[in-house]
Amino acid sequence: ADSGEGRGHPGQVTSLSQGYMGHGTYVDEDKLTASVAGEVQRVDKLICVRPLKTRFNGEVGDVVVGRITEVQQKRWKVETNSRLDSVLLLSSVNLPGGELRRRSAEDELTMREYLQEGDLISAEVQSVFSDGALSLHTRSLKYGKLGQGVLVQLSPSLIKRQKTHFHNLPCGASIILGNNGFVWLYPTPGQQEEEAGGFYTSLEPVSLSDREVISRLRNCLLALSAHKVLLYDTSVLYCYESSLQHQVKDILKPEVMEEIVMLTQQKLLEQEG
Amino acid sequence: MATVQVSEAEKVYILHGIRDDLRVDGRGCEDYRHMEIETDVVSNTDGSAKVTLGHTAVLVGIKAEIGKPRPLVPNEGYLEFFVDCSANATPEFEGRGGEELGTELSNTLYKVFNNKHSVDLKSLCICPGEHCWVLYVDVLLLQCDGNLYDAISVAIKAALFNTKIPRVHISTDEEGGKEIELSDDPYDCMRLNVENVPCIVTLCKVGHRHVVDATLQEKACSVASLIISVTHKGTVTCTRKVGGGSLDPESIFEMTEAGKRVGKALHAPLMKVLQQEEHLGKKKQKVGFLG
Repeated sequence: ADSGEGRGHPGQVTSLSQGYMGHGTYVDEDKLTASVAGEVQRVDKLICVRPLKTRFNGEVGDVVVGRITEVQQKRWKVETNSRLDSVLLLSSVNLPGGELRRRSAEDELTMREYLQEGDLISAEVQSVFSDGALSLHTRSLKYGKLGQGVLVQLSPSLIKRQKTHFHNLPCGASIILGNNGFVWLYPTPGQQEEEAGGFYTSLEPVSLSDREVISRLRNCLLALSAHKVLLYDTSVLYCYESSLQHQVKDILKPEVMEEIVMLTQQKLLEQEG
Repeated sequence: MATVQVSEAEKVYILHGIRDDLRVDGRGCEDYRHMEIETDVVSNTDGSAKVTLGHTAVLVGIKAEIGKPRPLVPNEGYLEFFVDCSANATPEFEGRGGEELGTELSNTLYKVFNNKHSVDLKSLCICPGEHCWVLYVDVLLLQCDGNLYDAISVAIKAALFNTKIPRVHISTDEEGGKEIELSDDPYDCMRLNVENVPCIVTLCKVGHRHVVDATLQEKACSVASLIISVTHKGTVTCTRKVGGGSLDPESIFEMTEAGKRVGKALHAPLMKVLQQEEHLGKKKQKVGFLG
């Protein structure tokens, strides 16, 4: 029922036969026309157009990377590139002392010690409120406060939906592809650090080789996003490999960007073909 | 200026990177981002230029009007600067939000150009004591992604290079009054010599080192910046310190030397590019605002 029937742009007639007007369409002289540019989706007789350029519309189970904007009573407000700030309840985070610990009044007062304004977190969407705001949770060891690394802000429609959004790339860095378009690049943690969970953020200097890999990945992500290529671990990796012949700071030059993205798209076609 | 929030861990990462001369986007501490310049974009001005530096976009328009020279310097023209921070750039500039920043930028520009050598003001004189050319330089901020001073100064230099001031003849009529006649030929105009126009270099102090052309994230990690305007010979015409933090006198000296080096290196490629664009003449592809 979710099969894409192709693309539409504003003013394009979607179908001449009678259908029910869904989101992103309007009726113009008895013909159903698209009002936004995006993918046409048809469910039985309901025709909607999902726009390409949009804020993040979260669904249950999506992995997001967000930034804390406010600390309120028993909850944090998180910016996730959606229409409304998402909510992270105190009861939805893992606090030190075990999972089944009761939230005390003291926990409420020390919220800021755990997550402050400006901190980055990775979380999963638990539910959607009636007004469209997302409720997040970090009740798993793989989610939590993020440490040293680089955040890249892209459009949510460029992130491909996959089974897992956490990848340890073979080039030497790790990546979190948030569904909301926020991509987090960080140095692959060592063995013992992985067990610490989200509490201890290491402020040790990252090695120069790791830094170079992360900078290169960051520029590759920007290059792919400028050319509207779908982002997932394979496309990012191919782009990284195609960019190795250039210096990191040259990747953002328009000519070099075009060359790298063309090579990446060729490689992707070969792989799928 | 627009601000972004960064977490403590991100700040540490940026700090250590700058210490090792490898910034987040792979640049060294003295590298600029990709810069695009286009002149002659606004048709109803005498000179205009648009500069894009990373995501910062600045538009400068210059209009030449005939006015009365200043009483202390009767045989010189003058420049008037006005910077408009449009709400297009960031929502913080909505209404009167951008006024403070605009005034700060204009005042700095006045200081930078307040010397005899930047622009030959004597060439702007028409009739000593009575008429002179006044160049109204209007700067419009379209997008804000850090490093406004550098982008504005490059745009002003490009717009001044592009300015065509019509030639005028003074004739005395019967009663002894002076009459100003503009020549009939629309291409008969005077060009300005922009060799000595300075370029502004902003150096942000991050940790123990300084960076040129800081992004908004790097700006959030710095406590103080030094703004230096440098001519093509390496002469400093104006220095300003901005930001709440303090700067050590030794680091001010280091930053000034670095600023002179970077600023001097900026002029030659800029003039070359401007002259190349000029030579394209009619064959030039207009990109404008939709490119």
